[in-house]
Amino acid sequence: MSLATDPPSQSFRLSMLLNDTRYRGYTFQVIALLALVALFTWLISNAITNLAALGQDIDFGFLGQPAGYDINQQLIPFVSTNTHMRAAIVGVLNTLLVAILGCILATIVGVVVGVLRLSSNWLVAKIMSIYVEIFRNVPVLIWILIVFNVMANALPSPRAFRGDDPDASMLFNAFAFTNRGVYVPKPVWLDGSSIVVGVFIASIIAIFALRRYARHLLYSQGRELPVLPLSLALFFLPTLAAFFAMGQPISLDYPALKGFNFQGGLQIRGSFLALWLALSLYTGAFIAENVRGAILSVSKGQSEAAASLGLRPGRIMSLVVLPQALRVMIPPNISQYLNLTKNSSLAAAVGYMDITGTLGGITLNQTGRSFEAILLLMGFYLAISLAISGIMNLYNNSVKLKER
Amino acid sequence: MVHTPEQLAFVRTETLPAQAPPATAAGPVHWLRANLFSSIPQGIMTLIALYLIYSFLVAVIPWFANGVWDATSIRDCREQLDGARGGCFAVLSERWPQLLFGNYPSEHYGRATLAFVLLFVALAPLLFSELPRKMLWFTGLFPFLAYWLIWGGSIWVPVLALLGVVLGFVVYQLLADRSFFGAIIAGVAASMLFWVYLVGPLDSALSAIANISLDKVESREIGGFMINFILGISSMALALPLGIALALGRQSDLPIIKTICVVFIEFIRGVPLITLLFVASVMLAYFLPPGSNFDLILRVIIMITLFAAAYMAEAIRGGLAALPRGQYEAGASIGLDYWQSMRLIILPQALKISIPSIVNIALSLFKDTTLVSIISMFDVLGMIGGPILSSTAWFGVYWELYIAAAAMFFVFCYGISQYSQYLERKLATDRR
Repeated sequence: MSLATDPPSQSFRLSMLLNDTRYRGYTFQVIALLALVALFTWLISNAITNLAALGQDIDFGFLGQPAGYDINQQLIPFVSTNTHMRAAIVGVLNTLLVAILGCILATIVGVVVGVLRLSSNWLVAKIMSIYVEIFRNVPVLIWILIVFNVMANALPSPRAFRGDDPDASMLFNAFAFTNRGVYVPKPVWLDGSSIVVGVFIASIIAIFALRRYARHLLYSQGRELPVLPLSLALFFLPTLAAFFAMGQPISLDYPALKGFNFQGGLQIRGSFLALWLALSLYTGAFIAENVRGAILSVSKGQSEAAASLGLRPGRIMSLVVLPQALRVMIPPNISQYLNLTKNSSLAAAVGYMDITGTLGGITLNQTGRSFEAILLLMGFYLAISLAISGIMNLYNNSVKLKER
Repeated sequence: MVHTPEQLAFVRTETLPAQAPPATAAGPVHWLRANLFSSIPQGIMTLIALYLIYSFLVAVIPWFANGVWDATSIRDCREQLDGARGGCFAVLSERWPQLLFGNYPSEHYGRATLAFVLLFVALAPLLFSELPRKMLWFTGLFPFLAYWLIWGGSIWVPVLALLGVVLGFVVYQLLADRSFFGAIIAGVAASMLFWVYLVGPLDSALSAIANISLDKVESREIGGFMINFILGISSMALALPLGIALALGRQSDLPIIKTICVVFIEFIRGVPLITLLFVASVMLAYFLPPGSNFDLILRVIIMITLFAAAYMAEAIRGGLAALPRGQYEAGASIGLDYWQSMRLIILPQALKISIPSIVNIALSLFKDTTLVSIISMFDVLGMIGGPILSSTAWFGVYWELYIAAAAMFFVFCYGISQYSQYLERKLATDRR
């Protein structure tokens, strides 16, 4: 640290590098840099010697070789003759899937629990604080294993669904909860389904436009539109009309018991569900605490003012308190989303094939390329962390209080 | 018309005693109405909550009440239960030492238990400032004592290691008047040189004179809950000084130092702990000199320390940023140099502000030590998933085991979080 108050010196002497605060900073930095370079040189030369002794080299060529293993959950088609690279991409997509769905569910759980924990209902508030304390104080890995064991051991096997008087039965004849995963109906897209989907997206956009217009009308002319019925009508009618006009192009493929297992439908694996639910419930408990703290940070005068205007309790929460609490809770929630994404690497414990399971697991073990695989793995998580914090910071900047 | 007192039939001369409030405004009925049934939606929520509690209790109470605590295997357990619903807690009573100590030699359980008990004696003066400060001497000795108790071997190794620390401290004291930073560097260098070059020869020489040793225990035999404690406590203790250094580096005006610290912190915070543990288990060996054989526990401690230090640095940076600028300027205005003002003015205040977040980091670090089971170390989860659940006797008793592990963690983590709140209340006195 240099201070600008020293008297100017006439000529430069070598001892000033250590004793003069103007130059000492540079001396320290150069020493630190040299020490760092020396450390890295030492580490890398060790690595080169060790690798040479083992007859290995650093080569990313293994990514182009056939993987030779199957992946049980694939968002893009994958067969064992595909390359390690494609296996890694399948893993990346699985990681992103569980991370995104986890963040969404964790937010829902967190907001609901955080609000309910402040409820005037003593019993509900107590139950919510017990939930928060239990989930926050037990490692997430234990939760993942507990949920996984519920999925794998407590649910009936597909065989239990067989026979005239089965031990287990399907929910609504469409959902089957088995120890091999949960089977749900799968949508089948036929010709013309894209038009129905297009109409559906257009009607969603129309709903947003309608809400904007309604607000504009309210502020400029004081007229109130019946937003909810209109939105509901917009949501259902055009899509249903398009659906029947195109001759019902979307149908559902129901899972059905064939032999010893279910066929058809969509199989959601127990490993995915365990990871998703456990991560969401665990992170949800932390988010609930952020939400509670943020709500408490909104001054009581705000809700009293809203009550004096005649707003009902629900609307006080949604129109006055939550929008202000949102600003406070975003920065801590960003780090919770980051934690959830990083914790999704615990998939290895339940055999969910995310990037840690494909690239950092089977690929690493098969090819022995630990160096390259771990570097790629770290690079991926680093990139994703930076991307999430970048996006969330942009959002934070857009909602935070504009101070002028 | 004037009334004389004789004309009035009755005049009350004393005040009436206050009547009890109506039943609906006080007592249990009032409490029920205010807190559980204040409106119809609230009443519905209460009923739903009561139903949930009821169904939870109906499922859980028989499971605990019928629990079998004395059996030799799960088949034995099921025979004793005879179709009734109940937990097979016998696995806990039979495998309890394994859950706590892993494959630690059973004749030495006493040593590990003693180290665990002494841990609390060592931690007490750090946690509670009311205790006599002299206890801190024991805290300083504890790491060496605990190492000797747990790993065993010659007593001279930890004694000489302690001597190295003392030597470093003496060197620091001799030089501290001239330059704090230089003295620290010289002290650390003196300790390092002593450890690297003198501990080996001195140990063999001293062992030849007086051979005091405990039976040696290999690192791979250490496991169970014990390893979670070893990893958590030692990484935390090592990460704190490193975190302070990183936080100061990140706040410093020197661009190169600042860049190094920022890159390190953001890199570590951007990757999951599990990848760092992979580095410890497969990659770190490559980066060490050929022929050197680092213990896996030591490698894992190094990586967890680096991981915790990055988070710690951010917590301390928060404390540094929270201090008013005037404190820095005050230090400069009375002529203190950078290290003096940091040591005497800035850090004591900044650390005090960041204590709650440091405790939170310690808590999540302790929970994260379970991740080592993924790199096949036998911590409490590794023991459950490995030797216990895969044994023929206890195949399928997962509920009891995982709930027991969760309960162990809950007790300690809840304790730590309550301590953190106590500390916050205690420290909040001067910042009303």
